[in-house]
Amino acid sequence: MDAILAQLLNGLDKGGAYALIALGLTLVFGTLGVVNFAHGALFMLGAFCAVTFRELITLETVTTDPTQLSPWGTPLEIRTPLAQTWFGEWGGFLIDYSVPLSILLAIPVMLLIGIAMERGIIRFFYKRSHAEQILVTYGLAIVLQEVVKAIFGPNPISQPMPPALAGAADVGSWIGLGANVVTYPWWRLVYFLFSLGVMGGVFALLRFTTFGMVVRAGMADRETVGLLGVNIGRRFTIMFGLAAVVAGLAGVMYTPLVPPNYHLGMDFLVLSFVVVVVGGMGSLPGAVAAGFLLGILQSFASMNEVKTIIPGIDQIIVYATAVVILLVRPRGLMGRRGMMES
Amino acid sequence: MPLLMPRRDFITLALFALVVITMPVWLQPLGAAYPGLMQKFAIYAVFALGFNILFGLTGYLSFGHAAFLGVGSYTAVWSFKLLTMDVIPAMLFAVVMAGLLAIVIGYLSLKRSGIYFSILTLAFAQMCYNLAYSVLTPITNGETSLQLTLRDPRIIDLAFAPRGAGLPTAGLFGHSFSGLEGFYFCAVVLILAFFFAQKIFSSPFGMTLRAIKSNQTRMSYTGFDTKPYTLTAFVISAMYAGLAGSLLAITDPLAGAERMQWTASGEVVLMTILGGVGTLVGPVIGAWLIKYFENIFSAFNQGTLNTVFGFLPDGIREPVVGVASKFVGDGWQLTLGLIFVLVVVFLPGGIMEGVRRITAMVRRGGTPAEGAMKPQPAE
Repeated sequence: MDAILAQLLNGLDKGGAYALIALGLTLVFGTLGVVNFAHGALFMLGAFCAVTFRELITLETVTTDPTQLSPWGTPLEIRTPLAQTWFGEWGGFLIDYSVPLSILLAIPVMLLIGIAMERGIIRFFYKRSHAEQILVTYGLAIVLQEVVKAIFGPNPISQPMPPALAGAADVGSWIGLGANVVTYPWWRLVYFLFSLGVMGGVFALLRFTTFGMVVRAGMADRETVGLLGVNIGRRFTIMFGLAAVVAGLAGVMYTPLVPPNYHLGMDFLVLSFVVVVVGGMGSLPGAVAAGFLLGILQSFASMNEVKTIIPGIDQIIVYATAVVILLVRPRGLMGRRGMMES
Repeated sequence: MPLLMPRRDFITLALFALVVITMPVWLQPLGAAYPGLMQKFAIYAVFALGFNILFGLTGYLSFGHAAFLGVGSYTAVWSFKLLTMDVIPAMLFAVVMAGLLAIVIGYLSLKRSGIYFSILTLAFAQMCYNLAYSVLTPITNGETSLQLTLRDPRIIDLAFAPRGAGLPTAGLFGHSFSGLEGFYFCAVVLILAFFFAQKIFSSPFGMTLRAIKSNQTRMSYTGFDTKPYTLTAFVISAMYAGLAGSLLAITDPLAGAERMQWTASGEVVLMTILGGVGTLVGPVIGAWLIKYFENIFSAFNQGTLNTVFGFLPDGIREPVVGVASKFVGDGWQLTLGLIFVLVVVFLPGGIMEGVRRITAMVRRGGTPAEGAMKPQPAE
């Protein structure tokens, strides 16, 4: 019982990341009809927004104090982060919470990158075949990841989580399982709740605002909405930017869990495509459900008990699920009937 | 002399063979005439030729072809380890294994088309890659790569000759390859592979595949079961990939799982696109260009850049060299990505289309022939 609960929890944060990326992919596919292989790279760019933010906020001034000597006999160097000089106590707080705070940087940056990408390249590919869309976005993904590699270097850059959230939550005791039976790192819990929040935000935007209503109408029938005098193209561009923001936020908050390096995006991309396909191309609830489902499946498959029965299952479970789903139920778990079903 | 093929095709083949065989001569001024690189030219040309039989003729975009390359390599190395250092059995086994795997993967993947087909092949290739790194380590030797050892059984070889000192090298009928021989062997294989591809392109089978690409629905309405044709194309192209994999193992008896990674599958897609999808020579040219520039660009460093931009005044040279250095050496992938995007955006038909456009322009006396030659699809 407690082992099952532990695996369930373990799957939640990864599932949250899958679900967020898949949500963005689905938004782009549902609105613009574009298969975006560069979406993983957007996730990676988000993670590097966090890296940049931390580097900015920890810029230091170095002053030497001639009255004191360091162990090497040279004058002692005192490093004070600029943030501390300006904000005092507050500065230390800012540095501690650099990861969640970089969301403030990531939102405008990712929005701009997304819109620039759509206006710059993607829009020329609406009428081309899916194969060509895959190819151009794949090339774009390579370019983005290599640019990041050129700037930040090939090694992973670890990002500390806020010290207040560094420990683990004793989840087991909350539901009466006794102390320290099932523990779960706080940050993962935060990530899970955060992903739920972002998803809720996207759904609320689509559901309860006029903008969302128009976009949904455009997803259902672009031409008619266009004929009614709505500039649907511009709204779809904004949706592309929004999808980039969602991917970026997923990346920002993921940095304390996995130190980001330039090919983080590629590692997630293949998986999140699988998630989209399992959930059903173009179905937003499907993407979310499939994200969590596959995250949890993966964490169950990596239990030792399961691995002894079927060796190697943890390595292929996600792909195997995708193959089975695609062959048995081509439109995915929640796909609309007739949507890319061939 | 009665020719086995139309005169035009025969001339193409003869020219192609001439170009391949004389590679050591015409690559000399380009600084690429050493065996290791020329072998790669030949091997990746085989790989791209095979990929083009699937993608170029049927339009099915596979994102998992590197899996077959990897399987071919592993099979060939195992044939070296267990049986003999002779290349013929190694190649045969590699092609057969890749073909068998392709029957399974192809049968399942071809149940879907379009993007779903791409994702299915991608998923299968990732499964192969992950398994090669984890559970199949006894077969693949995991991260350390599969290689020859001094204690290999090599049943057939050792029945005829005692075990020599040091690791043996691959060879043909007891003669070990050395120097340029390895390249010439690969070159002969490439020419044969080109010949078969030519035959497939001009055969009724190739015609059928092209018809499937242009309109699959109409093909099925005319009573054609398209499945066996696409599956055959898939298996043939996987066999080409297996053959290329075995050649990689022949020139360097070492097989690692990174050959099966999906970026490797992406590379062959790029070669085909760059050269020209659906043309015979295009993918070969694409493979050569990419391997050539990969080799040249990744060897560049700060020093060579400084000499290249030596004519610039000091104040300007440094930033120029700084920017340029991001595109060469380790940054070669960035250049590759940019080329990829530019080709897909501006020249979807690849270099071959560029050549065609230029010749058409020259023939018409400077007026570009936009769309005049394109057949209009009857809807």
